[in-house]
Amino acid sequence: MGMTSSAAGNNGLNGSILLGKLDDMLGWARKFSIFQYPFITACCGMEYMSTACSHYDVDRFGAGLTRFSPRQADVLFVVGTISHKQAPYLLRVYQQICDPKWVVAFGGCTVGGGPYPNYAVLQGIDRILPVDLYIPGCPPRPEAVIDGLMQLQEIIQKEPHGRIQRS
Amino acid sequence: MSQYVLDRLAQELGPELIGTHAQHGDETALVTPQALRRSALLLRDDPALAMDMLVDITAVDHPQEAQRFEVVYHFHSLHHGHRVRLKVRPDSAEEPILDSLTDLWKGADWLERETFDMFGIRFAGHPDLRRLLLYPEFQGHPLRKDYPIDGEQPRIPERAGYPECDYDAEEDSERRAKGLQRALSPRVGPGVAATNGSRATHDEDGYPVPRQSFFLDMGPSHPAMHGTIRISVELEGEKIIGCDADIGFLHRGFEKMCENRTFNQAIVYTDRLNYVSPLINNVGWAMTIEKLLGVEVPERCQALRVLASEISRVADHLTCVAASTMEVGAFTAFLYLIEGREELYKLIERLCGGRVTTTYTRIGGVAADLPDGFAEAMQAAFAKTREMMSDVVKLLNGNRIFQDRMVGVGAISAADAISYGITGPFLRSTGVSYDVRKAAPYCGYEQYEFEVPVGSNGDNWDRYLVRMEEMRQAMRIAEQVMATLPGGPIRVADRSIVPPPKSEVYTTIEGAMNHFKLTMAGHGVSPPPGEAYGYVEGGNGELGFYVVTDGSDIAYRAHCRPPCLAPMSALPSILTGETVADVIATFGTVNMIGGELDR
Repeated sequence: MGMTSSAAGNNGLNGSILLGKLDDMLGWARKFSIFQYPFITACCGMEYMSTACSHYDVDRFGAGLTRFSPRQADVLFVVGTISHKQAPYLLRVYQQICDPKWVVAFGGCTVGGGPYPNYAVLQGIDRILPVDLYIPGCPPRPEAVIDGLMQLQEIIQKEPHGRIQRS
Repeated sequence: MSQYVLDRLAQELGPELIGTHAQHGDETALVTPQALRRSALLLRDDPALAMDMLVDITAVDHPQEAQRFEVVYHFHSLHHGHRVRLKVRPDSAEEPILDSLTDLWKGADWLERETFDMFGIRFAGHPDLRRLLLYPEFQGHPLRKDYPIDGEQPRIPERAGYPECDYDAEEDSERRAKGLQRALSPRVGPGVAATNGSRATHDEDGYPVPRQSFFLDMGPSHPAMHGTIRISVELEGEKIIGCDADIGFLHRGFEKMCENRTFNQAIVYTDRLNYVSPLINNVGWAMTIEKLLGVEVPERCQALRVLASEISRVADHLTCVAASTMEVGAFTAFLYLIEGREELYKLIERLCGGRVTTTYTRIGGVAADLPDGFAEAMQAAFAKTREMMSDVVKLLNGNRIFQDRMVGVGAISAADAISYGITGPFLRSTGVSYDVRKAAPYCGYEQYEFEVPVGSNGDNWDRYLVRMEEMRQAMRIAEQVMATLPGGPIRVADRSIVPPPKSEVYTTIEGAMNHFKLTMAGHGVSPPPGEAYGYVEGGNGELGFYVVTDGSDIAYRAHCRPPCLAPMSALPSILTGETVADVIATFGTVNMIGGELDR
């Protein structure tokens, strides 16, 4: 993460001092304490459940504590098809999440409408929200979800945390 | 099979009966709109007919014809076991209207609302004819043939939406509150405190009673609502005095998609109906199309379909019980049951290559035979599932907290359940032993030994127990299938339905031609013109497909009868009179699956 342990070994501190940039430290803290808001609507929820439960154990990545209040969350997982009927509520949840916040489009439908190019379905959530990470698949396998989560951690790590300018 | 139903109708209705047929074994009567209520009353009240269940209402659009719409009713008599399809054509194409059946069957309420929503057909006498699946500002009716499949009507402007959007949340909630007031007021009946000034201000224990009721919206994104739905309750203190459910948040045009895809392509969409038990949906769809084609699949294929269905049923009930126990606080039980489901997902993956979206069946067969080592893998997976289930039984069955949330909560009587058209574990928990696998065995279910568990009180507790027992029975069936698995082909030999093996495609001219014909647009599997209703026992009850064909390789009309629509339509009346915490427990045992409910 770009921090270095204090090289001076014999000064009595025994390497207990870390030197680095504040941004790096904030990013490191944030990426291992993801509080996710799962906006679960459809089939993808099945694989979300599988990933979150003991077998794949998303807690290993510091993302085990799901929050069902947008006020307490920092990553919005949009899991499953978003219909036009649903879209305003998704947007409202997004707007209620405090900065800094990230959005994950989980599954083909959120990425681009998936197998439903029709009147009822929003053709990708990036039509109404800024999306940070896309996890394709119909639904994505738990391994793909974990891969996506790790990439999200990379994104979070690299953010300039002191100067985030978002809505 | 039930020709006498048609004879009886002909005898009573005389010239009002326009025509009858019994295509593919489905008795059908076409009556005049004026005779609809008379025939419905006759079907319900004549002891020889006794159609106590209104299974489904839908419509078919024929834009070229003068009487453009055809409304299709499916009736079923639990008592006699027979069925009939009633078709009515409203006279006017511009302002189609029919009499409502809401006072005869409670289930007609939501079914008529759906038909109104999708086709714009009005029902005179319906107490509350609103859209069911789409949103109020939606223009037009999407399942009419002249509505374009991509006719999107976004509620919020694209891109312009963020960071600030035009959608006015406050205005929306105000409008909804007004609509809700209208929707709820007729439901506040006797036995429920009327909201007027003359009420006592203190209850019998001397505690003050809140003077005003208030509305609470639960959903469409709520921590304890697995699936996306809005349950609006009117509360007096903690007591629910009025309730309304708003569904359709996962309406993704399943039926319109199936009317624009070939029969084999549509299997992909059936995966995503009840995504907790996709294999059963695959089987149901394939069987309906095979009924239209008039073919019977080989024995081994039937056995494989039974095997797949039962594995899927276990996964379905595991998920349902897991989610509903988690929502009442039993998180450990949730983790245990999902661990069991994980083993089943691995098993399903061995069978068809996918964990959730399986697409296992084909019209006229299944995608693949069993892989090597499947029997052992199934044994191991079932052992793990049984272990997890027995742990959960120890955790829950004697647990006072769990019992308090479940016993006697969310109860419904058998008569009401039938009137709503409820099937599956929900109906069986009330003591009615109706299971499609026993009542109308398909795929050779009659060969296997299994019990149909029934409850007696129709409450959450009974639904929990019924589901737990059904899982044991499902595993028992799957084990019997493995023990008695017949040999032979897994697909029909008919080359106009199933493509030849690749070895023939690449080496013989006939094989190449057969393959080419089946995969080329407009030349795929094409059942003769007709209509059929096929049904199987899904995870939540009777899963039906009503398909109308015109001789092409695409369905003219494809309709799914979702088993969880009926219990959901009963939910508001079940919840009224209970406390707000019971919403969560009861909703959990309804096992609403958005993909299936909203389609």
